[in-house]
This record gives sequence, structure tokens and C-alpha cells, in this order.
Amino acid sequence: MTEYKLRMGDGKRISMTKEQIIADLKEGMADAADLGDIPDLSEDEIDKLVDILTMPSRMVGVEQGMEVPVTHDIGTIRIDGDQGNSGVGIPSSRLVGAMMHERAFGADTMELGHIDYSYKPAKPVIAQEMQTMEVCQQNMIVPLLYGAMPNMGLYYTPDGPFENPGDLMKAFKIDEARESMEHSAEHLTRDIVWIMQRMMASGSDGVNFDTIGAAGDGDMYASLHAIEALRKQFPDIYIEAGMAGELLLGMHGELEYDGVTLAGLWPHQQAPLVAKAGANVFGPVVNTNTSKSSAWNLGRAVTFIKQAVKDSPLPCHVNMGMGVGGIPMLETPTIDAVSRASKAMVEIAGVDGI
Amino acid sequence: MGMPISHIMTSGMSGIRAAGDLVARMEFAKGMRIGEAKDYVAKKLDVTTADLSDEYVMRELREELGIGVITSVAGAPKGIAAKMNIEKLLDLKINSCEKFRGQLK
Repeated sequence: MTEYKLRMGDGKRISMTKEQIIADLKEGMADAADLGDIPDLSEDEIDKLVDILTMPSRMVGVEQGMEVPVTHDIGTIRIDGDQGNSGVGIPSSRLVGAMMHERAFGADTMELGHIDYSYKPAKPVIAQEMQTMEVCQQNMIVPLLYGAMPNMGLYYTPDGPFENPGDLMKAFKIDEARESMEHSAEHLTRDIVWIMQRMMASGSDGVNFDTIGAAGDGDMYASLHAIEALRKQFPDIYIEAGMAGELLLGMHGELEYDGVTLAGLWPHQQAPLVAKAGANVFGPVVNTNTSKSSAWNLGRAVTFIKQAVKDSPLPCHVNMGMGVGGIPMLETPTIDAVSRASKAMVEIAGVDGI
Repeated sequence: MGMPISHIMTSGMSGIRAAGDLVARMEFAKGMRIGEAKDYVAKKLDVTTADLSDEYVMRELREELGIGVITSVAGAPKGIAAKMNIEKLLDLKINSCEKFRGQLK
């Protein structure tokens, strides 16, 4: 019986028969449909996924004419940064990194980010960030955003001023934990707006919110309010709102935006809120399960993202980095798996970008 | 680095090798979905939407329009100058160009 080379969610090579691939695709799809209360993929779409996964070539590509723009989290740091930022450690300025992406790699957009890649640590070095943005904007042609993680965890002890909600919850101080998250969210919103006021004064095209919700619903609450404030102050700012995970965790549990409880939202439910706040582009996420095959993970991810694309009023640039969007969870995702997941998201889920 | 380059090769629009930056700019500037953004840019450039990812078509056209090319052509508009031409071509304002103009005496 013919066997095809696929990957596990951790990247390890495996062999599967066509029947096994179909079974895993359908199982992954059913998991997404059940969790998100969303429709299954059609038989034609399953067939197309099977075709993509069983193509014999090492790398595959979208059909000509179906290409989409690609945006980038972490940006230039992947050139000069260390392993912690997925960097390759080439000594270079961030301008050089940005220009390498534009001129050497054919990137459609780029972003500038601080080596500590969260908004809070960019505050003490804001003048340096402004100067770098100015120089980059003078030399770059593609849209160049300022990117960072909201990362609300930095506002909790021992890193920040507010008592750690995890410690408070362990002591059954639930109300105090919620208050701490609410205070942190206010400060996070204020910091993001403060930083972006300065980056916009330096010529930035806009902002990339990378990994919204990493610290739970408070993180998203703060980000949505920052988006709203920035849209009000800068009507033409480009705003990309990228999520941290598929399900918004209810660390607080009662926070709402526009009358909608944030805890427990799936990608297709997150999209309308991001649009309401005033973003231009939404970056939905589906997590990879390392113990399942790439067929299972891709079936699941495409099912979720197809619905997010359908329900989103905004262009969707699906997150397809390490461990999300059907991409294996490892530092060096294999080209065979990346290109198959990329093609499936464009041709089946119908994303507007990656 | 292999992962983003794999995406660019698999699905991307090749940036300024073709017209990926222009389509991305319309998605961001006007919130256009991919089809609408491609139609808008193709109309402005008087090409087909398929041409927007075609380096053969876009290489000469970009140089002719002064909107930046992938290779370093001496004397051709680069950086902020190319973006000022993109503003006119796509009928939109770009923040860095606005700031640049604001600094001129």
C-alpha cells in the first residue's frame, strides 16, 4: 500500500496511507467543528487537503494568481536576534534587517521591533525606537509597522507594580486578582498608546499587536481599548491585531468588550470585536498539537480559520509561525510542512494574507 | 529564517519584486479584502490581477512608475521618494511621506 511522508505536530517525519491521512484530517476537522460550533469542511475541501498533503514534491505553492501578502511578527530581530527570538545572530542593524527582508527576501511588509519585543520594555528606550523608525522609513518602500507583544504579564509582580493574579488566586483572593488584572490592563492600554503616539510621530505606517491575549482576557481587553484609542487619534494608522492562541483564556472571566464576554472566544468570534475596535487586519491563531499528525492539525486549523475568514469584516492574515496554523512546533519548521499548510490556508481557508 | 522565506515562496506576492507591497498597503490603508485590494491596485497600474505577482511585468513597470525596484538602480527613486510616487499612484497618504513633507522649509 502506498505510503506518504508527512510530519507529526513536533516535526518528526512519519509515513501514512491515504486512508490514514483522510481519517486524521476528518478527526482534526471534527474537533474544530465541535469546539467552535462551526461547520465541517466539504468533501471537496477534504479531497483538496488530501491532494496537498500527498503531493510528491518537497515544496508546494499556491496556484498562480492566488498569491497573498505576507506580514511578519518579530521582524528584523530574526536577523540579528538570538535563539529566544528565533534569531539567527547575524550582527546587523535593524535597518539592514528590514532592508534585507524588502530587497533580498521579497517581503510584502515588514515590522520594526525592540529586542525585548514587548511594549513595556520599549518605554525607556523610546527615543532610540523613534530614531530607528525614522531612518527605516526613509529607506524602506514596503509598509513598515512597529510591532510588539502586549504581554500583560509584565505588569504583575515581580516584574511589575500589580500583585500577581496567579498568587492571589492560589490564596482564593479572586476579587483582588481581578482588580489586579483590571489595573494592569489600564496601564497596558496607556503604554501602548503612548508608544504608538511617538512611533507615528516618527513616520510609522502603523502597529502590529503580536500575541494578543497571551495573558488572558485582560490582555485582550487592554489591546482592544488601545486599538480603539489609536484609531480615534490616528484615523489612517495601519493596525494589525494578531492573537496569541486559538481560545481566549478567561483569567479574569468577566471582562467584556462591546457587551461581549471575552473569555472563551474562538477565532471566528474574536474577529468581529477586533474590527469593532478599529483594526485593519486580524491575525487568527490555531494551535498545533505536537502529539497529532500534520493531517490532523491541518484539518483542524483550516476548519477554524475558514470560519474566521467568513465571519471577519477585516482581511485575515492567519498566524503561521512555529506551532500555529498547522505548522509543526519546532524551531526549524520543515519546508514541506510549511509550504503545504501555507497553500491550504490560501486555497481552502481563503485567507487574505499570512 | 527558513519559515518566513518558505511562506514568501509558497504564497507571498514577492514584495517589490512584483506588487506585494502595494496590495498589502491597500489591505492596511483601506481594510480591503484580498480580492478588492488586487482589483484596486491592478486598475491603478492598468494591469491584470495576475500581473501583480508577475516579476516579468512588474520589474519594468515599477521602474517606469518610479515606485521602487528590487535591484539597486542608480538614480531611481528609492525609500521615501518611491513612497511619494506610490501615494500618487494609489491615491492615498503615507504617514512617513507626510512627516517628510512637514519637515521641508
